[in-house]
Amino acid sequence: MHEAGITRTIIDTAVEAVEEEGGTRINQIDVTVGELTDFVDDALQFAFEAMKADTIASDAVLVISRLPARSRCVMPECTTEFEHGRFDIECPKCGNPFNELVQGRELRIDRIDFD
Amino acid sequence: MEIDLGKSILGRNEELARENRRLFDSAGVFVLDVLASPGAGKTSTILATIAALRDRYRIAVVEGDIASKVDAEKVRAHGIPAVQINTGGACHLESDMVRRAVDTLDLGELDLVILENVGNLVCPTEFDLGQHARVMILSVPEGHDKPYKYPNIFQIAEVVILNKVDTMPMFDFDEADFRDVMRRLNPAAPIFPMAATKGEGVEKWATWLAARIEGVRAR
Repeated sequence: MHEAGITRTIIDTAVEAVEEEGGTRINQIDVTVGELTDFVDDALQFAFEAMKADTIASDAVLVISRLPARSRCVMPECTTEFEHGRFDIECPKCGNPFNELVQGRELRIDRIDFD
Repeated sequence: MEIDLGKSILGRNEELARENRRLFDSAGVFVLDVLASPGAGKTSTILATIAALRDRYRIAVVEGDIASKVDAEKVRAHGIPAVQINTGGACHLESDMVRRAVDTLDLGELDLVILENVGNLVCPTEFDLGQHARVMILSVPEGHDKPYKYPNIFQIAEVVILNKVDTMPMFDFDEADFRDVMRRLNPAAPIFPMAATKGEGVEKWATWLAARIEGVRAR
């Protein structure tokens, strides 16, 4: 499971950012995960619970928001932007199958709440 | 108190991948990342690709495996430089591993570096290595429905090889259905049917790859 490595990075990044601000305790870490990534919420939470011990995030909560996939039609006369799943990514307006992904592969730390 | 960070979690790997790509571009070396399940024929495909292109291009291989150096030895037996990366349990290659491996090669003396990723259809998809293209190899015995189960890897690949097509009569592989789901997932990706160990279909794939190598050399 690649979630373990990612969770380590989430904790390390948050701890470093909070310590830079003089914080001593992390309450909450908000992350965003795009629907087209292969990261699973349960696996992230499981790894987070296991890895936060003995850090200033030991009592912290991990809040995961998921972002749906969005693409923009590349046909210049269309340029429709639309949400889609993993399959059937053709433009719902003109049917063009070649589209530019604008959202869905994110994996980022948005906000850290700390004392 | 609150910090608004807005920082990519894979940021460091992405930074190193950009550095790798700059390094490969400035050396005029085309880098291909090879993705597949364990046993789909990554090493055989690499050996067939070497046989098809070695008269025209100077080639090296970086082998990623959890343990052992058997793959690197197979490549070296053909007189091609090979570096083995043992990820020690990690299920994918990352940019820093690739950088350490290519630093042991003389990029100025090479046209093509092939990265054989760890056999895995999930984890490698999130880790850019600085490659110019990713090829996904599906082998016939794995079944035509693999893209339904592992869509991400079929979506991020620029090109797909359908390997072991010589075994088609033995398996219930629905090629039309496979091509249909690929059209829905990744319509731009060409599909090359191949039987790497028999040399079947290698030429068309090699022609595609040679055109891409020329594109990087011309920069």
